[in-house]
Amino acid sequence: MRTIVPVIVAFLAGFVMIVSFFFNPERTFFGRIESEVLVWVTIVGGFTLLLGVVSITRVNWHAVRTKKEGWVYNLFTLLSIFVMAIPAMLPVSWSQLFGDTEGSIYDWLFFHVDYPMMATMFAMLAFYIASAAYRAFRARNPEATLLLVTATLVMLWRIPMGEAFLIRVGDTLLFGYNLPESINTYIMNGANLAVQRGILIGAALGAASMSLRIMLGIERTYMGKG
Amino acid sequence: MLKHLKIRFLLTFLLTFVADYQLAAAQTSDDIFRVDRINALITFVLFSIAILLYIKWAKEGKPLFIRKIAGLDAVEEAVGRATEMGKPVLFIPGIQEIDDIETIAGISILGRVAKITAQYDTPLVVPVRYPMVLAAGQEVVEQAYIEMGKRDSYNRDIVRYVAGEQFAFTATVNGMMMRDRPAANIYMGAFFAESLLLAETGNAAGSIQIAGTARPEQLPFFIAACDYTLMGEELYAASAYLSHEPLMLGGLKGQDLMKVLIVVLIIVGIILMTLGFGDAFRNLFEAV
Repeated sequence: MRTIVPVIVAFLAGFVMIVSFFFNPERTFFGRIESEVLVWVTIVGGFTLLLGVVSITRVNWHAVRTKKEGWVYNLFTLLSIFVMAIPAMLPVSWSQLFGDTEGSIYDWLFFHVDYPMMATMFAMLAFYIASAAYRAFRARNPEATLLLVTATLVMLWRIPMGEAFLIRVGDTLLFGYNLPESINTYIMNGANLAVQRGILIGAALGAASMSLRIMLGIERTYMGKG
Repeated sequence: MLKHLKIRFLLTFLLTFVADYQLAAAQTSDDIFRVDRINALITFVLFSIAILLYIKWAKEGKPLFIRKIAGLDAVEEAVGRATEMGKPVLFIPGIQEIDDIETIAGISILGRVAKITAQYDTPLVVPVRYPMVLAAGQEVVEQAYIEMGKRDSYNRDIVRYVAGEQFAFTATVNGMMMRDRPAANIYMGAFFAESLLLAETGNAAGSIQIAGTARPEQLPFFIAACDYTLMGEELYAASAYLSHEPLMLGGLKGQDLMKVLIVVLIIVGIILMTLGFGDAFRNLFEAV
């Protein structure tokens, strides 16, 4: 029963989605079912949020209670959950009591605490790229050297100073012919795009094949079976 | 002369068909059936036939060759390393919702990894970003522990919800990597800007790393920072590859047949484009 019912649900849901793709959604029964199913997904998603809150509270509370290494971070996480959750339930009109005239208290916390922290994390990506690039572009063998030269050319072309430099090189050494631009265009729109499309075609076929396997009940590993 | 006439006839037929098809597509926007999507329907039918044909052959016991995927063979080695070191295995099934096929592929691989960790009694940690993925992940891991006869070792907190925001999730997982120093990090699913933040931190923590994603823009980051990377379709093939089930492998071979057809069509397209009839041919594959 625990296997058959999910397989039937997966088949019916997949069948409705496929069939509705080939019919006009406003004029057929399938179109209406499709939008109905998508509403259900949102409702189920909303209810499962409670599972998430229970999970995060349990894991962090356990770490705080047992004084696990770094338990202060867990305590901070627990506090943060409730600091963000309580203002989310307060009326927007109360925000003036805290000296804020626009938006809710939750908005204030989101835009002035949460958002800058996320932006900081994203900004740190630049340093991570630098360290990964250092490792990836070491000229250990002919292939790696080719990668290094190609990457240097492309990266130089992507920054204004590098672009100006490469144009000057073309003007001075190649009598005005913009060779660096031709190379960059070929690398990005030729070699790079062709490889990306190859991967995308493979991935799309893989996704379609997996979907079909799930619909037919052959693939049941997502339920822990097989 | 006859050959020349035949080619001309074929090209005229092709162009007439394209013109009729485009006219039909333009006229039928209010119809019940989407004639403008008939190309997708034909592709879908061909694809289904190819897969079902190979599944039938697999059922009949026909041997099917599947090439080796180093990244998947390395999963057991990574868990073995974690067992020897007495450190956990960290598995991330991407950062997308359960309705994303990449997440489902990640969850399928999680089941296999959980079986190996259960077998060796190796700690497993699975941080997730969405509660629905949490529920699915818990179900899969529990089932894996039951199948391996290790129900008592199963703990609901193996799969845990850590944060709903992309970078809050990344910060939490990075913190876990630096504090707990997992011996192996496995990333399987949909990843975005956090891919390098995670993989580079794992690299700094000294973990053996296996990644798999179908997003070409994230692949270079994983290739630079991980020991093994599954590219594109390999992620979707993983569950079939690891299970060695003939029926699932049949599905993979059907996919390969479709790929051959696409390659042939690309070559035909190149030839027609060179001859000046490329636009008409390309319009046949226009997505609406």
